[in-house]
Amino acid sequence: MLSYVLRRIGVSILILIAASFIMYLLVAWARDPLSDLYASNSPNRDQLIAQRIGWLNLDQPIVVRWFNWLIGAAQCVVPFGGCDLGVTIQNQPVTILLGRAVGSTLQLVTASTVFAIVLGILVGIVSALRQYSAVDYTFTFASFFFYSLPSFVMGVLLKVFVALGFNDWLRDPVFSWGTIIGISLVSGVLWQAIIGGPRNRRLVVAAASILTTGAMLYYMSVADWFRNPALGPIVAPLLIAAFGAAMVLMIAGPRARFAWRTAGLTAIVLIVAYFVLQPLMPSLNGWGVFLLFVLAIGVGVAAGWFLGEHDRGQAMRIGGFTGALGMGVIVLDQFMQRFNDYLTNPRVGGRPIATVGSQTPNLQGDWWIHGIDTFTHLLLPTISLMLISFAGYTRYARGGMLETLNQDYIRTARAKGLPERTVVGRHAFRNSLIPITTIVAADVGGLIGGAIITERIFAFSGMGSLFISGLNAGDPNPVMAYFIVVAIFAITFNFLADLSYSALDPRVRAK
Amino acid sequence: MTIPIDPAQNPSGGTQVEGPGVLTKDEKGISQGRLILRRFVSNKPAVVSIVLFILLIGFAVSASGAFGIPGWWKHDFTTLYTPVNGGRPTLTLWPFALGDHPFGQNTVGKDYFAMTMRGIVNSSYVMFIIGLTGAFIGVIVGAVAGYYRGWVDAVLMRLTDIVIIIPVIVIGAVVGTAVGGLGPVTLAVFLGFVVWTGVARLVRAEFLSLREREFVEAARVAGASDARIIFKHILPNAMGVIIVSTTLLIAAAIILETALSFLGFGIRSPEVSLGSLISANESAFQTRPWLFWWPAAFIVILSLLVNFVGDGLRDAFDPRQKRVVFRRVKELPADAAVVDSAGIVSDVPVGPLTTASGRTTEEGLSGEERQQP
Repeated sequence: MLSYVLRRIGVSILILIAASFIMYLLVAWARDPLSDLYASNSPNRDQLIAQRIGWLNLDQPIVVRWFNWLIGAAQCVVPFGGCDLGVTIQNQPVTILLGRAVGSTLQLVTASTVFAIVLGILVGIVSALRQYSAVDYTFTFASFFFYSLPSFVMGVLLKVFVALGFNDWLRDPVFSWGTIIGISLVSGVLWQAIIGGPRNRRLVVAAASILTTGAMLYYMSVADWFRNPALGPIVAPLLIAAFGAAMVLMIAGPRARFAWRTAGLTAIVLIVAYFVLQPLMPSLNGWGVFLLFVLAIGVGVAAGWFLGEHDRGQAMRIGGFTGALGMGVIVLDQFMQRFNDYLTNPRVGGRPIATVGSQTPNLQGDWWIHGIDTFTHLLLPTISLMLISFAGYTRYARGGMLETLNQDYIRTARAKGLPERTVVGRHAFRNSLIPITTIVAADVGGLIGGAIITERIFAFSGMGSLFISGLNAGDPNPVMAYFIVVAIFAITFNFLADLSYSALDPRVRAK
Repeated sequence: MTIPIDPAQNPSGGTQVEGPGVLTKDEKGISQGRLILRRFVSNKPAVVSIVLFILLIGFAVSASGAFGIPGWWKHDFTTLYTPVNGGRPTLTLWPFALGDHPFGQNTVGKDYFAMTMRGIVNSSYVMFIIGLTGAFIGVIVGAVAGYYRGWVDAVLMRLTDIVIIIPVIVIGAVVGTAVGGLGPVTLAVFLGFVVWTGVARLVRAEFLSLREREFVEAARVAGASDARIIFKHILPNAMGVIIVSTTLLIAAAIILETALSFLGFGIRSPEVSLGSLISANESAFQTRPWLFWWPAAFIVILSLLVNFVGDGLRDAFDPRQKRVVFRRVKELPADAAVVDSAGIVSDVPVGPLTTASGRTTEEGLSGEERQQP
């Protein structure tokens, strides 16, 4: 195993060096870094040209320049080795530019990857379990549609309709009766199709979801909820309890008493914490919130340990998830309570959903206000980036689930009388995740490349803009810096994909 | 028992009918190609998509002209006209009339219908060239690597790794910057040189398994050369994988080309592409939304149609995900036909044909099984 990993790392480094050489040659041939100076008519043109040739060593052959670049880049691996990725045509060190850009792109890509994976797998599995139903066809068509929708079209549409439309609507956030009835009916149709079952159950589900959605929308509309959102002291505890119950039902099933006790205790602690923490929350910052999450998960795990009886592992999982989700509700509620402060901030001026950049310049406020600001800026790029990979994952999850459900061991599991929840959740779902894991891991590297377009549309100053502006100016070093980061990500995630495959599926052995 | 020396020339597959009850009378003597065609034709969305796709391309080509022959549309995509009514589209659906500028005019007054049609033509032939060049290189690399194995395989696969770690859009942008000014065809051929990696890997995997089969052994014993074995014996059997992945490559190529043109690294003016049209008019969305909607709609339609065709082809060649019965029998409605276990697994035959409990249908046979002697 160790020799496999070492050999693999060695080969990866060689591949990286070879790819960097090809890339360097292509960039050097693609555009002349002096072209803008040749076109200029400033009096000291010759001096500027000579200066730039000196900065970029353009008087040397390409191979020598590449070799120098490689030596500089290799020093980044050595600790305290003085990382040197060259300078731009304006003589700024690329390392500093890259450091800033990597942070903001990773922020963008991480959120959208997580959402795409979770949603894609959920939708794919629902689609597979309801194969050839209306839901399946709807999801299939939707995933094909999103797959065919280029991200630049998606980005422009989101900008115009979601951002501008929502901001305009927020001046007077009231739903008309037509909208309320329409959305309620759609949600009724959707939920009954997803949950399925005999006709009576479908009708009950449809009626319940129509009424709930309608009442919710009416309340939001009347209470001016979108300008002063909050979960409030009734909904937030209910949500925490509901998350606990959902975890029990999904992981252990309704008859496991120890699971109910674990989730119940965790939920009660969190509900109490919700009321106790209210005055304390606004003064917290990121680390405080992180600590709260750790505490909440700790409470849940501890509850699972003490109440878990014969199945401690499962109880601890249930407790941990309940704790994390419950704390999520508390933090979300706090963000919502501060939303009005953000909205009325003079820098924001009542138009919260941003279409440009990664933050509002010169925004005054505490951690929560800045958190909301990051959220409103990341929302649209994340959605547009997410929908691309979401469509693919849905297809893979559906296909993988269908293939797994065809296996003999699923028939065996049913034959020995396991409930359908266990068959699907424990036998089919986990095994269908194996191929998805490898696809997702291999996809993450490509996603960073895909962010180029999204960044350009939303004027996000990340790695994509570094790449585009560098390539347009024929500036080799920023382009190479971008390449090296993306390539390292791609190689690492491909490697992780292979390793995880052999870890998850013992039939496949890494060699 | 005869061994089909050349499966491509003996596609009727008559050798494996080993007694009554394996295949019904209707299915006797149906060739592999015909089976696939039948499965494809029974897939309504795919057939509708391919018809619509041909109609759309035909319409665009006939409107803008090709190979020096002028099209039927009166306006040219480069000429400036006086803007009429702010350049609004004159197309009316009821009563149907094209008017003078059916898709409107852009900010300087060019006829947008001519530009969009030209964009469709450019984008679609670029996507075919990218897809076919990529598939060609991928097939050659994959076939050679999979057939010869050993150090050839190692070298070719490391080469594939070198190209694959650079995201397509990144290397595409660099290639586009270098050759984008030389016209759409050159650009498309060069972009084909960067998208072949996926096909190469799939074809290699297919060749690795096919080269161990008896018919390859038989051909080698009969004295066939390596080239003959690769192209005449193995390649026809790998056709399913190749056709499906080429179609999906073409679908990806249209997104790649429009994205590159959108970023300014693809097709350059005076030529137009659907991506560059969107890029040029993105900021005018508030005032002249039609300049955005027409090219956007056509990109989505083209890509959606090719994807549907690709999906239909995949189901036709590899019907493994079809017809899954997973609900337990007791949950089925009372009037539903009870499906026995053979019905569940008949999609993926594991053993020889005769063991499939005599109920094996044509869908149950995947390509390799039929060729087996």
